[in-house]
Amino acid sequence: MYTQTVMDHFKNPRNVGVIEGADGVGEVGNPVCGDMMTFYIKVKDNVIEDVKFQTFGCGAAIAVSSMVSEMALGKTIEEAFQITNKKVAEALEGLPKQKMHCSNLGADALHKAIEDYKMKKEGKAYKPTPKKCYCPFCDVENPNEAAFCTGCGKGLQDEHEHGH
Amino acid sequence: MAVIYTDHVAAMPIHPKVYEAMVPYFKEFYGNPSSIHEDGEKAREALEEARGRVGRLIGAQAEDIIFTSCGTESNNLALKGIALAHQAKGKEIIISGIEHFSIMHCANALEKSGFHITRLPVDQYGMVDPAVVERAITPQTILVSIMHSNPEVGTIEPIAEIGIITRAKKVLFHTDAVDSVGNIPVDVNELNVDLLSLAGSTFYGPKGAGALYLRKGVKIQPLLDGGIQERGLRAGTENVPAIVGMGVAAELALEEIPKRMSYLKGLAGRLTEQLPKRIPYIRFLGHPTQRLPGNVSVAVEYIEGEAMLLFMDMEGVRISSGSACISRSLKVSHVMLAMGVDAATAQGSLLFSFGMQNKPEDADRILEVLPPIVERLRNMSPVYRKAMAKKA
Repeated sequence: MYTQTVMDHFKNPRNVGVIEGADGVGEVGNPVCGDMMTFYIKVKDNVIEDVKFQTFGCGAAIAVSSMVSEMALGKTIEEAFQITNKKVAEALEGLPKQKMHCSNLGADALHKAIEDYKMKKEGKAYKPTPKKCYCPFCDVENPNEAAFCTGCGKGLQDEHEHGH
Repeated sequence: MAVIYTDHVAAMPIHPKVYEAMVPYFKEFYGNPSSIHEDGEKAREALEEARGRVGRLIGAQAEDIIFTSCGTESNNLALKGIALAHQAKGKEIIISGIEHFSIMHCANALEKSGFHITRLPVDQYGMVDPAVVERAITPQTILVSIMHSNPEVGTIEPIAEIGIITRAKKVLFHTDAVDSVGNIPVDVNELNVDLLSLAGSTFYGPKGAGALYLRKGVKIQPLLDGGIQERGLRAGTENVPAIVGMGVAAELALEEIPKRMSYLKGLAGRLTEQLPKRIPYIRFLGHPTQRLPGNVSVAVEYIEGEAMLLFMDMEGVRISSGSACISRSLKVSHVMLAMGVDAATAQGSLLFSFGMQNKPEDADRILEVLPPIVERLRNMSPVYRKAMAKKA
């Protein structure tokens, strides 16, 4: 089911852990849906100098978190914000269709950590970027309140209920 | 690396005698049972011999057995066949909330066509209460369908008691006994059922052969129209080799059920006794005593099933799980939710199903490799971290 790269990141995940006193913390998902990720970042001179994560989830979830952490380490805040689920899935050499939403979660958790960092830095005046909604089946981006995916027609109720 | 296969509810190897019995029906006796010539006659004889064997396994007359391709087909035939044949009398069907997809989705389809489906609740062990069935039956009810045993959590349902009620109320009663037949005693008269589904692949027979027991006198509409095989109730050239195999498997099962039950209970018992000693925050699912002998169903808190499954697979241990990530629909097991298991806990579900090829050492090996896997995943789980912080 999974590519070699995914299995490698699953068996040997990079950057697992927690950063006490992190500059930014981002948490997405919840165990009820089966996926939860918490990302911690340490930022110096606008560069992510350390990143750690913890994940509750399947093989894809763990591999995605690991890959996201690897892609984010050493990048500037702006570069890290450009990490998308598509790029993560590509770096992993592909994910099964029904696991694509795990890649959304990883990128989301990292972005949330970055936003948390920004909020802490700039104070409450900072406005978070509106969250995008991706179909877990065909990965097309949909308007946030869409009930059905414009790409493949599948129902998106579950996605919205997850709060990510 | 030695493989320890403990996923027998998904699939199992066939008995060597079953294999031997099947081969001639691929190579020499390949006739069509409907052909009038001698090759056809030979195939016909083999088919009827298998029919008798399957009948004897469940205490039924041979002529009341309809051969199908699998358990799913038998379930579809039972539900749709009865619904369509009896809809003039009423359009209500009662099922439980923990049925196999082939009953659940079949019922959903019938619901879309205008039938009314009542889905009965179950208790924390997944048990249906016969009194609840009684209260649910109305003058419009034409069929009650409750599974004999549930493979995901192991619970065996009180089918005989429910059968007494349906008899009294003169409502047809079907049971999906796919996971029971050949593993625990099943007798259609003791159970008071009018229809019963079974499949050869769950008692060391081949995939591709199943059966529906249909009590004499019960009207049913066929699913497959075509030739007049199976008294016009199931068209299609019969899968003779697989049916022959199922017949031999049935004969072996009739003899071996007591031995299988006690052996598998022993293997499952070893795991059940030792797991809580090696892994904290773990709970067992399904009824503690009324359960399939080789079935061990647990929920490991704070981590997810597929991840555990993949690591176990790397250690050569084959198991299953009810977590959402495992299912193609990405939904947590409906069986567990119906039992009141919270979704987060259900994500950590693991299902071990022992079979006759397993040895006592297999249980020990599982006890050796699972705890480190659980510890490793818990150490990287934010859910575990939060839970432990709360307990501190």
